[in-house]
Amino acid sequence: MLRILVNALRTGVVTTRYPAEPSVPPVRFRGAPVLHPGSHLPPPAVCPTGAITERVDAAGRHVALDLARCVFCGRCAEDPWADAITMGRDFELAARSRADLRIEVMADDPTAPTGEPARDRSADAARVSSEIRRVLGRSLHLRHLDAGSCNACDWELAALLNPVYDVRRLGVDFVASPRHADGVVVTGPVTRNLETAVRRTVEAVPDPRIVIAVGACAASGGIVGEGYASAGGVDRVLPVDVSIPGCPPRPEAIIFGILVAVGRLDARLPRRE
Amino acid sequence: MADPALLDALRAAAHGPIDADIGPRPSDLTMRLGRASDLPAAAAVLSGPQAMALATVVATDESAVGKGALHVRYVFEPAVAGAPDRFVTLLVSVDGSRPEVPSLTTAIPAANWHEREMQDLFGIVPVGHPDPRPLVVHDGWPQGIFPLRKAFDGSRRVPVNPAAEFPHLVAEGEGVFEIPVGPIHAGIIEPGHFRFTSVGETVLHLDARLFYTHRGLEKRMEGLSPLDAFSVAERICGVCSVAHGLGYCEALEQIARVDAPRRARLIRSVALELERLYNHVGDIGNICAGASFHYGTATGLRMKEALQQMNERLAGNRFLRGLLVPGGVRLDLSDDLVADLAATLQVTLSGLDGLMGRIEANPTVVDRLDDTGLLQRQAALDLAVAGVAARASGVDRDARRDHPHGALAGPTPPDVRVVTASEGDAMARMTVRALEARESIRLIGEFIRQLEPGPLHVAVADPLPGGRIGISAIESPRGEAVHWLRTDASGRVDRYHLRSPSYHNWPAVALAAETAIVPDFPLVNKSFELCYSCTDR
Repeated sequence: MLRILVNALRTGVVTTRYPAEPSVPPVRFRGAPVLHPGSHLPPPAVCPTGAITERVDAAGRHVALDLARCVFCGRCAEDPWADAITMGRDFELAARSRADLRIEVMADDPTAPTGEPARDRSADAARVSSEIRRVLGRSLHLRHLDAGSCNACDWELAALLNPVYDVRRLGVDFVASPRHADGVVVTGPVTRNLETAVRRTVEAVPDPRIVIAVGACAASGGIVGEGYASAGGVDRVLPVDVSIPGCPPRPEAIIFGILVAVGRLDARLPRRE
Repeated sequence: MADPALLDALRAAAHGPIDADIGPRPSDLTMRLGRASDLPAAAAVLSGPQAMALATVVATDESAVGKGALHVRYVFEPAVAGAPDRFVTLLVSVDGSRPEVPSLTTAIPAANWHEREMQDLFGIVPVGHPDPRPLVVHDGWPQGIFPLRKAFDGSRRVPVNPAAEFPHLVAEGEGVFEIPVGPIHAGIIEPGHFRFTSVGETVLHLDARLFYTHRGLEKRMEGLSPLDAFSVAERICGVCSVAHGLGYCEALEQIARVDAPRRARLIRSVALELERLYNHVGDIGNICAGASFHYGTATGLRMKEALQQMNERLAGNRFLRGLLVPGGVRLDLSDDLVADLAATLQVTLSGLDGLMGRIEANPTVVDRLDDTGLLQRQAALDLAVAGVAARASGVDRDARRDHPHGALAGPTPPDVRVVTASEGDAMARMTVRALEARESIRLIGEFIRQLEPGPLHVAVADPLPGGRIGISAIESPRGEAVHWLRTDASGRVDRYHLRSPSYHNWPAVALAAETAIVPDFPLVNKSFELCYSCTDR
């Protein structure tokens, strides 16, 4: 016992101060891809999840990237497209709307307008957010719901309870029963074999409740997509309040998304060059 | 012929003709049985006198190729330490109008789930199977739809009709209770349903229902280019990302007939050991959680976190995704990172020694672990259990030594010291993990010492050569995973099958749980620490 105490004192505090202090990911970290307008942007086929799409109109070729689908593999930022897309280090990507996770730029002509969709932030969403913040902002109890994850997102959620991230310091905790929860964090694309369990678990959470989709599979189907065994994302089955991109999102990215969900932090627009 | 004695023994046991070929690898054999009814006799020769174990079973629909549609390959590997690296495949063709094969499960219990999966996904009936319940498909799956047949459109959704109850073994008697647990669990873990039948605290029977996370990934990969399919293979399982990525790459490189360069192989092996290390260290912490030793839990998780941060510095991803690529690796191990890694491993080593010392000096923890969740050696052999669970029950198997891969397949590989224990309880599984973690740290040092400047990858043909098969076996953190890959005529993925270590180990968890009391189940489960996602796919 004494040895344990001595060792605990010697170890000291290992807990991060995020989000009070920023977290700087390592150099090799692959965060949000940055699309450079007017460059030789890659064709959609380069992306294994279909996150890259293109459309051609009178103005020219528009290339769009859906961060909800992106698995941050970095293939679109390799030669011969290394000048057109670079992997940024931005990981605070959570958003209330799928449309906010879409980046669109004009390819090939730097002077043309980029044709981004207008940001969907209605006054209603802001009002709900302030109500949620009043009720849940300082104490949020979440239930984890695995809807067919590869377990990477699950382990990152589990990491939120380790001594380094310790989300309880932020008033956030994970509970054993949906009856005790203010909302759910869902991982995985919603498999056919879990669809019933997912619906029943969410229905068991008292209303009003928050649904947070963690990772590419939950946010969009990700690498799994839609098929005989997969619904292709949580929003196919339930309304989603906040989506957190990543494959998997690093723990700070999940913390950011949870705090966005309760209105303690504001979602940001993805960066464009 | 590479092994005339084996062929003679098989021909003596069979009534129909047997053709023998070399392959998929030069050291492997494939025996095509003229009659499917000869399968049990041929399998008995392999599992009996030849001392081989079932490695995997792969069903295929080869209607595109034209020579009879459905085939099943039963792949065997040596079950004893020190045998040469070899797979022997028994190949049978299945009559499309009456798709049946004789079941092997009664003689070879490890075939149990393989045969049920083949029945669900291909509609091939294992005749005489003792427990032919559906395995992979749940909730009112319609009769006559077999998603892995080529005629089935994989993008088609199949409606869900929730069933009131799942078919399971029902025990009756005074004081017999059923305890349903899951599929959604109380903690942050993967989904599975466990039906305990108990009398008081004693577990009479445990029926585990898995495959909740079945995403149809093998179907998803069909028709993809080799590179796109790699992105899927790397994401079958989070904590086995390197192992499964590597297994896919090595199978693919066999088909392409290329070898990853030496430096790439060394970096791959470093990553594979790092993956084992962060898992083993975290698993020891989680076993402490099962035994209510919270200091141990916090220490294990803190050490695992430090290793995952190292992963992120090395690969840009905390699960080491994006490091491997077919043909080699994408990222180099720079001198800075080598120094960083060495320092991180030094801290891990002393932290691990300290933690294990405190666990062993704590009688309440030791008492929870000793004799808990026993897995007998014979049961481990019968079920072809892999990895830590097998080695802690005295089965001397490790794919790093038995099927060398990564840098271990190259010249002058370091010896892998395979750790075994004989007790077969939760304590043995934890101790084996701790010793293997130390061995992983030693091996990483050896691999780094052998690093020399050189290319990081070789070009791989895309599309791949058509109609070829690749097979690989990788020692993942959970044990041996067997990958089987075949290309179609246009060089895309025709069929990929993964047999994960957890696939063979889950039935062993049920056996071990039956030696324990209900409150010890979380501890027993954590001492095995299996993945659901790479079992379910």
